[in-house]
Amino acid sequence: MALTPSSVAYLRQEDAPRLPPPASMTGLQGWLRQNLFPSIGSSLVTILFGALALWVLSSIFDFAFLRAVWSGADRQACLGENSGACWPMVAAKMGQWVYGFYPIDQRWRVNVCFVAGAALLAPMLIPSAPYKNWNVALLFLAFPLVTLVLLTGGNFNFDLATYALVISLMLLAAVIVPLAAFGLEEGIACNKAGLGLAGAAVGLWFASFLTGPLQTTIGGTSNSLISILTGLLLLGSGALSIGTAVRRAPRGGFVAAAGWAVGLAGILLAMLLLDFDFGLLPVETPQWGGLTVTLVVSITGIVVSLPVGIVLALGRRSRMPIVRMLSVIYIEIIRGVPLITVLFMSSVMLPLFLPPGTSFDKLLRALIGVAMFSSAYMAEVVRGGLQSIPKGQYEGAMAVGLSFWQMMNKIVLPQALKVSIPNIVGNFISLFKDTTLLLIIGLFDLLGILQASLRDSAWATASSAPTGYLTVALMYWVFCFGMSRYSIYTERRLHTGHKR
Amino acid sequence: MKSKVLAWVMGAAVGAFAVGAAQAGTLDDVKKKGFVQCGVSQGLAGFSLPDAQNNWTGLDVDFCRAVAAAIFNDPTKVKFSPLSAKERFTALQSGEVDLLSRNSTWTMSRDTSLGLKWAGVTYYDGQGFMVRKSMNITSAKQLDGATVCTNTGTTTELNLADYFKANNMKYQVVAIEDANQVRQAYDEGRCDIFTTDQSGLYAERLALKNPSDHIILPEIISKEPLGPVVRQGDDGWFNVVKWTYFALLTAEELGITQANVDEMTKSTNPEMQRVLGVKNADGSAAGFGTGIGLNEEWIVQIVKGVGNYGEIFERNVGTNTPLKIARGKNALWKDGGLQYAPPIR
Repeated sequence: MALTPSSVAYLRQEDAPRLPPPASMTGLQGWLRQNLFPSIGSSLVTILFGALALWVLSSIFDFAFLRAVWSGADRQACLGENSGACWPMVAAKMGQWVYGFYPIDQRWRVNVCFVAGAALLAPMLIPSAPYKNWNVALLFLAFPLVTLVLLTGGNFNFDLATYALVISLMLLAAVIVPLAAFGLEEGIACNKAGLGLAGAAVGLWFASFLTGPLQTTIGGTSNSLISILTGLLLLGSGALSIGTAVRRAPRGGFVAAAGWAVGLAGILLAMLLLDFDFGLLPVETPQWGGLTVTLVVSITGIVVSLPVGIVLALGRRSRMPIVRMLSVIYIEIIRGVPLITVLFMSSVMLPLFLPPGTSFDKLLRALIGVAMFSSAYMAEVVRGGLQSIPKGQYEGAMAVGLSFWQMMNKIVLPQALKVSIPNIVGNFISLFKDTTLLLIIGLFDLLGILQASLRDSAWATASSAPTGYLTVALMYWVFCFGMSRYSIYTERRLHTGHKR
Repeated sequence: MKSKVLAWVMGAAVGAFAVGAAQAGTLDDVKKKGFVQCGVSQGLAGFSLPDAQNNWTGLDVDFCRAVAAAIFNDPTKVKFSPLSAKERFTALQSGEVDLLSRNSTWTMSRDTSLGLKWAGVTYYDGQGFMVRKSMNITSAKQLDGATVCTNTGTTTELNLADYFKANNMKYQVVAIEDANQVRQAYDEGRCDIFTTDQSGLYAERLALKNPSDHIILPEIISKEPLGPVVRQGDDGWFNVVKWTYFALLTAEELGITQANVDEMTKSTNPEMQRVLGVKNADGSAAGFGTGIGLNEEWIVQIVKGVGNYGEIFERNVGTNTPLKIARGKNALWKDGGLQYAPPIR
């Protein structure tokens, strides 16, 4: 029995026609079926939560738009039996929520700071934008100075003693120059005289606490003898240190000395800028408030905490026992107390320990407290990142002869920080929101000023509080969400094969 | 208990500094720097609150202005430090503020152990009750069997228990932590009565759905005398603040107002002349203002700057403001209230 192919009717000669996937698996229907209604259980959950979401959203929508009051001059407008969000209150109070009690005709100064900050930050955040070095210099050196002058009005009126103190400290710091240039041992060996004079100056300065100031009269003005002696000693020490460094110029001493000179010039320039009278109306920090204070405190905290945190983390992992111990003590003490306690210490206890009459700015105290606090947390986040770097990376770096700082800068920190990005940004976000605690020490951050507004009998209605909280929550959310999205973008950009 | 221990510790810690600060002479310091640094509340309707133009308004705030007017003849020469309840006394002790005018209750422990001195009572407050008009209740004595909304863990709760027990009445308490939620619970009808400090009740009433449906009962069941505070040990400054307060009362008593003060200086009434520092025919003056380190016309300056006590009260919390607080206990003694000033002579 022979079968010819042609007679096998059931053998298919051509491909079956390609049918489109069943309608239930494509398009909207398919997506719904796959994601929302794959099984009976899931369908029930979908319906339940869908209804819940719909209910919540519709009631918010109803409150914020449908029943809302859009115009009015005072609380009478929002008093209606069934009225929803009281938007005219937000319109009337928004200026205060953003600027606090900043004089109304001076608000442009805050605006200039906002705009300049945004204009400098935006190209900083875009990796492909050019002139990064200039951008960094403007953002981290020029911008804070300009902001300080604009917000406070400048004209700090430093007295001569302050200038003398700063110059003395810089002269004292000059002894580091040879150390930085030639390493610890050679630096000490070649600059014994300079170090000796610096030590004598510091000793004399401490002694002046015990003896009290010795007065002498030079050129008709009364001066403290000890201050003058200390100054002369420091001048000698500084000159010797710099001289030593420059004399051995070929070995990097010149660069270190130049660095010191630029630092001194920069600090003096900054002081002169702050001292200069630009004719701006002085605005004291108790008049700041709202979003301005929230941003000032959180941005300062963020900018200070990252570098300080990195240094503390490296210190904690250092092999030098004293450095390690100091870092551990700092981190554990600060982490061991709540932020509220730190703020209370700075605002309530500190003034008691200072001599009566000397009170320094409350906002500044809070800024220092917040920066110290967030640095300790940042240190632990960075340390987590450092620990995730395998030992081989360190050994490899050492094997090619990199110094400690080269190893850290080029090999370890880039990897460690990349790993820690989610935690670092998490810290930034929680710091941003922790600024609300300033309320407790009598500073009006965004939430604090909202609460003050809600007490205003001109706008007290049943719907004022929900409207205000909704608005302010939205403002917080915009900032936090922005930070969160940027961190995700950075993570994706830097992900170089470790992603799981 | 805890707060008491804290108060003692703080008091002890502060003692030395308070003595040190006392030597300085606050009045001279204030005159030298050119303004009064005044501690106020962070926001309390009718007492101290920044309005939309960033001006501080309220009864406590106006008292600060009165002191500034007495010293500088200019009620604007004052700077306000908003202080939280927890830091207010430290701020005063450490010299951060010259004067604390921040609805602070005068109690024995604060007066004796914190190194502070109350210069008077600018507002007699006390715990009160708010009920719905529809309940047809006119007195707190009719509250037997009621459900009461209040804050947890405050003296309010204890005062409430005392009051109901003393009057042999039963009650049920709904105690909630957050003040906003207490108000909401009352508004939703979870309880018949809302109790807290009476001035607070007037402010809370504004935030109810239908403020006009509720009344505040006349009874006050606790004493909350609120007034300006200064550091102990600086009697000169204490006198200035204390007599600024008495001057406000005296001005009201004599009918001297912001509007008619200039006219009043022409009065021939000897008491009026004495109070307003009008010079006698021989050019000598009574010397009350100069006696405390101020001008002869100090009361004229105060009244011109901020008005008398009654005007301050009506402007900030009185019946024509949203708060609608009646004078009640804060009326002058001759009108049946508690506000009483010793004679100026």
